[in-house]
Amino acid sequence: MPLPKVWVYAEGEDGKATSATLELLTKAREIGDTVEAVYSGADADTIAPQLGEYGATKVHSVDHGSSLSGVIGSALLAKLVADEQPDLILFAQSYDGRDAMGRLSVKLDRPVLTNGNGVEVDGDTVAVSTAVFGGNTIVTTAFAGEKPYLAGIRPKSFAPEPSGGGAAEVVKVDSVDAGRAAEAQVLDHHVEEQEGPKLEDADVVVSGGRGLGSAEAYEPLVEELAKVLKGASGASRAIVDAGWVPYSKQVGQTGKTVKPKVYIAIGISGATQHMVGMKGSDNIIAINKDPEAPIFSVSDLGVVGDASKVVPKLIEALKAKT
Amino acid sequence: MNIAVCVKQIPDPATPGELDPETKTLKREGKLILDDSDAYGVEMALQLADAAGGGEVTLISMAPNDEVSGLRTALAMGAAKAVLVSDPVLQGSDALSTAKVIAKAVERAGEMDLVLTATESTDGYTGTVPEQVAELLGWPSLTFAKHIETADGKVKIQRQTEAGFDIVEASLPAVVSVTAGVVEPRYPSFKGIMAAKNKPVDNAKVADLGLSEDEVGWKGARQEITSIEAAPERQAGEKIEDEGDAHERIVAFLEQLKVI
Ligand SMILES: Cc1cc2nc3c(=O)[nH]c(=O)nc-3n(C[C@H](O)[C@H](O)[C@H](O)COP(=O)(O)OP(=O)(O)OC[C@H]3O[C@@H](n4cnc5c(N)ncnc54)[C@H](O)[C@@H]3O)c2cc1C
Ligand SMILES: Nc1ncnc2c1ncn2[C@@H]1O[C@H](COP(=O)(O)O)[C@@H](O)[C@H]1O
Repeated sequence: MPLPKVWVYAEGEDGKATSATLELLTKAREIGDTVEAVYSGADADTIAPQLGEYGATKVHSVDHGSSLSGVIGSALLAKLVADEQPDLILFAQSYDGRDAMGRLSVKLDRPVLTNGNGVEVDGDTVAVSTAVFGGNTIVTTAFAGEKPYLAGIRPKSFAPEPSGGGAAEVVKVDSVDAGRAAEAQVLDHHVEEQEGPKLEDADVVVSGGRGLGSAEAYEPLVEELAKVLKGASGASRAIVDAGWVPYSKQVGQTGKTVKPKVYIAIGISGATQHMVGMKGSDNIIAINKDPEAPIFSVSDLGVVGDASKVVPKLIEALKAKT
Repeated sequence: MNIAVCVKQIPDPATPGELDPETKTLKREGKLILDDSDAYGVEMALQLADAAGGGEVTLISMAPNDEVSGLRTALAMGAAKAVLVSDPVLQGSDALSTAKVIAKAVERAGEMDLVLTATESTDGYTGTVPEQVAELLGWPSLTFAKHIETADGKVKIQRQTEAGFDIVEASLPAVVSVTAGVVEPRYPSFKGIMAAKNKPVDNAKVADLGLSEDEVGWKGARQEITSIEAAPERQAGEKIEDEGDAHERIVAFLEQLKVI
């Protein structure tokens, strides 16, 4: 039996709902009778049609102004919960989602199950499954306290599918009281230039690791290969921490989860924390000079070789074809 | 400026984690070490206190069995003192209960201008403790910081975003969660290691913090692990040795997948 009311904490970017939001709405439709969105942002009217298309009948919203959106979002949720009585609130395990779920859990004094990649409803029991130890083990945890239940779900856990619903009705709240938390003010946004498709959305992802040897090798090997394959470039944490590439490129447990058609890992050993972010790819190609590298245990095509030799030839060959 | 840094003491991540089939929690046997992710917070705190022209860095940790190994590492880096909450009733505590304990321990440590945490712990990575601590204290939280400055009673950070970063500012006191790489943690010096042995560690129990046993541990967690299963394994495919022509095999594979 589905839950009477499931809420999705919606997030937007450039006037569109994030893909993680659409994934959660799709899941919410499957497990809930009524699906509604809660949104902290000035442009609820702009994203309401899209939220509706993925199953939300309503979107409760507040303008967060220059305060952090998750902080204001948690205050909005706390204000609405008593009257609206949702059974379950789903959040994306994103920066703002984490701000919102963490604060709400205190406001309501409810635990929040985080890093989920599945939600199951069985009669009265609601459980969240989480991959631990680099995805080797799946732990399922059921809520045992009072509703509403709060769950944080990793992006890419579900495939988004439109329901064909009409625009969600926008219900605006003028303001909420977030106390001193509202004092954190966003003064400025810095956008790092990015060419080509987004890492999470690309059909092909080419990632590089410490095996590239140096920061200088990233552009001609990883970025160039991604470019000829019209894909996006990613990275292991080792080279993000080393400052070779920005954090936004990191794939793995503490970075992004990607599920492209093809994932190409160059000079990446395959630590569990990296693999948890890319194991769901349709096809994996690995290039590593160590025949024992763990990455080969998940690759469909493994090449034991030197990246600085194999990749330039590969780029040449691909360029010759187009 | 007085700064509290939350430091988690964890099993060495180099030895693979395991769940105890009895208690269904992470096995925590043997000596615990300072979570690497928290070394950034400790270093950041030392630098901020220095830049502010003084003040103390106090460590806050909740750990089983009065564990101090990780605390000693952070004290050796330069922190002045620590509050350690260790109590058998804490076993099974979830992120919210942990945050309740930490928030109370911060209050016990005295007046603070800033509380630093990592964005997520290496072994648990629930990643909500910083926001929960901030909400419990009634303070602003500036999360996912990759750069921090303080001046004139305010803290200003570069907050990691999907697209790049935002500049976020708040008045003190506040909670800031720091990402790896915000600063380069120092190695403890020999002198530091020696000095750390005599630095004060304030041991507290749950009752000392004014929390009830029902708010923490298994009871406070209000959740139950219903299953632990091996994830479906991905099958390894073909593996070839490069003899100068491996790129051709890759091209053929990409063609077969209709990517090119
Ligand atoms: C809490 C926590 C969270 C983490 N989160 C993440 C995360 O989100 N993402 C992530 O990636 N990591 C993460 N890590 C780090 C992870 O454990 C590994 O340290 C990291 O993934 C290693 O990166 P790497 O494979 O590039 O480097 P290494 O492990 O050093 O591997 C380099 C590889 O390159 C190969 N190589 C060397 N030279 C060549 C050559 N010429 N040609 C081809 N191959 C070559 C080597 O054989 C080796 O296999 C996390 C760790 C912790 C503790
Ligand atoms: N038991 C603990 N003792 C001290 N600090 C902790 C503890 N648990 C979590 N923290 C802090 O909160 C951060 C986030 O933890 P988590 O939410 O468990 O991923 C950690 O990186 C620490 O800085």
